[in-house]
Amino acid sequence: MTTILEASLVISALLTFLCSYRAIKGPETADRMVALDAISTNIVALAVIYAMYTERAVFINVSLMLAITGFVATVATATYLREGDIIQ
Amino acid sequence: MIVEALLILGLFFLGIGTLGLLKLSNTLERMHATSEATTLGVGFTVIAGAIKFYPNGTYLSALLALFFLFLTAPTGAHMIARATYTEEKRREGTRTSLKEFL
Repeated sequence: MTTILEASLVISALLTFLCSYRAIKGPETADRMVALDAISTNIVALAVIYAMYTERAVFINVSLMLAITGFVATVATATYLREGDIIQ
Repeated sequence: MIVEALLILGLFFLGIGTLGLLKLSNTLERMHATSEATTLGVGFTVIAGAIKFYPNGTYLSALLALFFLFLTAPTGAHMIARATYTEEKRREGTRTSLKEFL
């Protein structure tokens, strides 16, 4: 069990790192936005796996808060890209 | 046993989503890959966490995170797609404001 959890932590961290390639290199702003959305979704999974690894249930709440924050960030960035302004 | 299976399935779908983000050729295709496969992968992972913490009350929090994720991920993907579409049309020079159609 512990080996699988350690391997899952390593693999999901590697996948999150690979997402940052598109965030840096992406030819347009929308690509960077998509990549950051994927990163924020991957980090939710990373927090859940970390909660299972350390057996501390607090990190489940951390994953919930990260999901909410990622959604708000995605909506704000999409609104900025569409309207040119966040609060109009 | 079922926790490990769900975890491996979730990691598989996370890998599919990241592969699509890296290898596909268009912005909308990349958004399609990440929004669906990654959401499915995180869903399986959160279900694994909920099963592992089951007697504890925290599994309800994990199920709440799952519900919230399934509620917000399509909304975010829709907003990204609309922003991309508006940006492309604006670059082409055609009229794009959605207020003209409403």
